[in-house]
Amino acid sequence: MGTEVPLIELSGVTKSFGPVEVLKGIDFRAYAGQVTALVGDNGAGKSTLIKGIAGVQGYDSGTVSFEGNVVHLRSARDAAGIGIEVVYQDLALCENLDIVQNMFLGREETAAGTLDEASMELQATQTLKGLSVRTVKSVRQKVASLSGGQRQTVAIARAVLRNAKLVLLDEPTAALGVAQTEQVLQLVRRLADSGVSVIMISHNLADVFKVCDRISVLYLGHMVADLKTSETTYNDVVGYITGTRSKDDDQ
Amino acid sequence: MSTTPEPVPADGHPTDVVTQLRGAWHDYVARVRGGDMGVLPALLAMLMLTVLFWQKSEFFLTRLNIANLFVQAATLMVFTCALVFLIILTELDLSAGVTGGTAMAVFIKLVKGGWPWGLSLFVALLVGAFTGLVLGFFVAKIGVPAFVVTLGFFLGFQGLMLVLLGDGGIFRIETKPLKAIMNDNLKPWMGWMMVVVVSAIAIGLSAYDRVRRSKRGLPNQPLALVMIKVGGGLALAAVIVAFLNVNRSKSAKQIQGVPIVVPIVLVILFIGQFVLQRTRFGLHIYAVGGNPEAARRAGINVTMMRISGFVICSTLSVIGGLFHASRVGSIESTAGRQIVLSAVGAAVVGGVSLFGGRGNLKNAAIGAFVIAMIDNGLGLLQLKGGINFLVTGGVLVLAASVDALSRKRNSARR
Repeated sequence: MGTEVPLIELSGVTKSFGPVEVLKGIDFRAYAGQVTALVGDNGAGKSTLIKGIAGVQGYDSGTVSFEGNVVHLRSARDAAGIGIEVVYQDLALCENLDIVQNMFLGREETAAGTLDEASMELQATQTLKGLSVRTVKSVRQKVASLSGGQRQTVAIARAVLRNAKLVLLDEPTAALGVAQTEQVLQLVRRLADSGVSVIMISHNLADVFKVCDRISVLYLGHMVADLKTSETTYNDVVGYITGTRSKDDDQ
Repeated sequence: MSTTPEPVPADGHPTDVVTQLRGAWHDYVARVRGGDMGVLPALLAMLMLTVLFWQKSEFFLTRLNIANLFVQAATLMVFTCALVFLIILTELDLSAGVTGGTAMAVFIKLVKGGWPWGLSLFVALLVGAFTGLVLGFFVAKIGVPAFVVTLGFFLGFQGLMLVLLGDGGIFRIETKPLKAIMNDNLKPWMGWMMVVVVSAIAIGLSAYDRVRRSKRGLPNQPLALVMIKVGGGLALAAVIVAFLNVNRSKSAKQIQGVPIVVPIVLVILFIGQFVLQRTRFGLHIYAVGGNPEAARRAGINVTMMRISGFVICSTLSVIGGLFHASRVGSIESTAGRQIVLSAVGAAVVGGVSLFGGRGNLKNAAIGAFVIAMIDNGLGLLQLKGGINFLVTGGVLVLAASVDALSRKRNSARR
């Protein structure tokens, strides 16, 4: 795996807000077909790092390469244009609309000037099926009637529908119960297995160890560890997150 | 099912009609239990009011009064239709009524000044559209709450009408075609034509959808259910047309036929419903009303959607104002002061949520009919003038409470 080309590679990325340096020269990689966890304590810079990839907020310096080419992500549209989709914690779903409408929101298909409901419903159904989602009874249900896990599923399926190559998940299991967390984690795994690169921000290390292939740890604006899940332990990761362990300890 | 995609495993595909209908009925009951009552309260209210007024006044169910009821309801329906666009967006236009009044005042000024009535009407509609643009600018661009901006316009336009029409001024409308809208009737055969056209459109749209869905192997609503719905609607329309086509005059002069305003209102409702339910624009209105932030992130121009909502509302209000002027036969400086609250009440009775994003035009129109019935029925009972306002106000508060409670129940279920 070490020789593989990363789908996205950040090198020497920095970002400051006035005198506060939030990202201090970050290197970060994520690979196709893998789930990469981005962990770190509050204020470590996870959100700032993610916003840069999402195109919402640019970095001050450093480069971002996507599929081997240097890219400049100046807006969410730029990011979406090359296949980067973000699923924010609040999911950004319209509860008053149904699953199909939410999955196609802003990119509706039309036929003869009117909404092509049949085509959209079919694609939504196939996308959910492709992700082996069986918990949703009907794609014409309003999102208001869905559970937290189902909503997360819809938000992820929306990213898949848009042919995302890279999906960023911000705390996908934060608000979920045990069973629903399990469902979403399985979905995340299937998503990666289908060839998509997934970056998952999480505070829950149990989730991270269950589903992620690699773990990147941020500590006060530095990337202090880039680990393979199979080669590390829970305690090591906690050590990196809390700052009681650093790269030097490994040598 | 011959195409490549497999059919959706939604609720199974029962084949015999009775099972299908039973399934559809269960789905409907589940939806109502879930707090989505739709048009049910309006239909119940309609039934109760009919029985009540029929008991209290022998005049209520006469041909003359029912024709009258349609005419009375027309103005309210148009204003309701106007406001529904905004209510879905969680906005409100308190000045819709006086905007209609002011535009009609402009209209009458132009006509008196020798302009052709068609051009004058066009200018009046432009006045409405421009008013909506300004309102929308203040609300969506500047960020002033709609309540405040439109309250300001509510007051300002009353002043403007006084300026245009003079103190206590009343201007008679002499334009025949415009007076005909509310005062003349279709010839009986035209009433039947209307039923035929409506059937053709209803059946055509339904068939179009079914064919497209079948082609992709998607499950359709049971055909029997569609036939019951469409057939029921058409039967009702036919009964009403037949009923109105009989002479209802008590004097020598014959009065018969469907009031001209009915097909006009139907066209407005159809276009509105079509835009809201079948176009991207309409879907985006619902999206902005449901979750503006999600809509924005999906690439929808939320500001533009809000401004469009105000433009649509104000423009339709001018048509509402026209209907009012046509019915009264004149335009007075107090026109349109009260209609907005009735229209909001009508929308809410018709299942449009004041919290935005929910409800549709068809049901709101039924809500408008209910409010018009209250108005009409109470008028027949010869109660004191104030009772009417008390009842309408009460209905508004009651309907809004039901709306709030069903929303509460919805969010508590999660």
